[in-house]
Amino acid sequence: MVDFIEARKRIEQKDHSMREKVMSIEEATRLIKDGDHVAFGGIQFSGTPMAIIREIIRQKKRDLTISRTIVSFEGDLLLVGGCVKRAITSWFSGGVTYGVSKIMREYVEKKKVVYEEWSHYSICLRYKAGAMGIPFIPTFSMLGSDLLKHVEAKEMICPFTGQKLCLIPAMFPDVAVIHVHRADPYGNAQIDGLPYADADIARAASKVILTVEKIISNEQIRKEPWRTVIPFFCVDAVVEVPYGAYPHECYGIYEPDYKHFEEYTKITREKGVEGVKEYLDRYVYEPETFEDYLSLFGLKRILERTKAGREVYL
Amino acid sequence: MSGKLEYTSAELVAVMSSRILEDNKIVFAGAGLPLISAILAQKTHAPNLVIVFEVGSLAPQVRIDKLPLSTNESRVTYRAVMLPSIADNFSFMQRGYIDYGFLGGAQIDKYGNINSSIIGSYDNPKVRLPGSGGANDIISSCNKIIIAAHHEKRRFVDKVDFITSPGYIEGGDSREKSGLIFGRLYKVITNLAIMSFDEKTRRMKLEAVHPGVSVEDVINNTGFELIIPEKVSVTAPPTERELKILRELDPERKYTAPAQ
Repeated sequence: MVDFIEARKRIEQKDHSMREKVMSIEEATRLIKDGDHVAFGGIQFSGTPMAIIREIIRQKKRDLTISRTIVSFEGDLLLVGGCVKRAITSWFSGGVTYGVSKIMREYVEKKKVVYEEWSHYSICLRYKAGAMGIPFIPTFSMLGSDLLKHVEAKEMICPFTGQKLCLIPAMFPDVAVIHVHRADPYGNAQIDGLPYADADIARAASKVILTVEKIISNEQIRKEPWRTVIPFFCVDAVVEVPYGAYPHECYGIYEPDYKHFEEYTKITREKGVEGVKEYLDRYVYEPETFEDYLSLFGLKRILERTKAGREVYL
Repeated sequence: MSGKLEYTSAELVAVMSSRILEDNKIVFAGAGLPLISAILAQKTHAPNLVIVFEVGSLAPQVRIDKLPLSTNESRVTYRAVMLPSIADNFSFMQRGYIDYGFLGGAQIDKYGNINSSIIGSYDNPKVRLPGSGGANDIISSCNKIIIAAHHEKRRFVDKVDFITSPGYIEGGDSREKSGLIFGRLYKVITNLAIMSFDEKTRRMKLEAVHPGVSVEDVINNTGFELIIPEKVSVTAPPTERELKILRELDPERKYTAPAQ
């Protein structure tokens, strides 16, 4: 059941001050507790907060409920990392051209994780209702489907019109983890390009961890306040991590590392879960820092992806 | 299959899909075949057809040399007029602005219900598929829904294992009764035929077969009883121009490869 009153109390009791929140990846990730519901910003292989996801696995978080608009390769890593008991999303696999995730199949079919499936709009409405502090939002989506039978949504007759509607319950994640282009030290954040559901996720969550491509001054924020999409009072941690979504993309800064996705998909096809365990050793456990991790992809590849990423502005 | 021109099944589906998209309308296009069909329409009879991408990208002019691999990445935003949030984007659809929605699926049944979630039972799935994504929303709220798929018995089944995206549900007025009062299933386009739905029973009916395809071919590749009208027309084969444009769009045949 949605406890929107408790969710509101958590926000009332939060420190609302405009204070500095800059910290390390490790410190920020410690805000996440075992058993928490962690919502991730971005979508599929765009805007994925990879630096924190990597650290969640390194810190061996357990029994997390994860939610996201669409889960991609990072979902595999969190599953094999042993972090997840429930995944709330609308689509779970690397990407259409990479086929169905063998890892997702293995974990869901063998009941090692619960996949709670909603339609894409419904997931976004769950965050939006959370962001608005209300218990639900009505929609036409999911009516007449079997999706409706397996989740907490309910049908209702509209008291104004008599129309049958589907009520999508709010979602209040314990922690939102969002990768953005820039924020000031207080957490006033700007996002370029695709907004995804990030602003709603930040408002719906009790705590927000931002990773940012770059920290800017509060002066710069005040010059263009209309560009702020997440205000400081929502935010609990600001971590500066250039390339913090890599090998996923960050709008206008770098494109996805498609070659890496192909390499990864080959590993999962050939070796399944064992292959991902080896992948975690190489990309998550062995590199001590995020810089060490990025080095594995190599400067050449990253620069090439950076040039491609800038092409949205041509 | 064709007389002179050679083409793959997927190319045939892309051509036939593009032809039914009218000019000056808005199409919600997934990456891959739907996008290619929409661009083909823009380059032939529908120069003012507007594309909208699921992630939130309105009227982009995608780069032919950098086609997106997914509907949710920055490549879908080239020269767009607006990048709304995902919720806002779907709200435009729920409001009635999206004329066409494209869908495919692992299973499609005689009422146009689509399964992209689970093969087998929900509690003991044989195959867990990726899930709805926006498919359920598209079928619930787009004005006209186009199903584009490879025609095979295991896909066109009598009853889907799981309704991810409800078509006409159990036929008759069951869709409306479920609360889905907007949107209708417009066409089903496969590599063998074009189908639509009977006005009353809401069952899938054959409309036209593609060149070189017999009504029997369609029946033999469909896992349920199709309504076969007395008159079944034959579609015009893909033209040289259509195929030329398609191959410029997809030189490596990533999306228009022969079916596996």
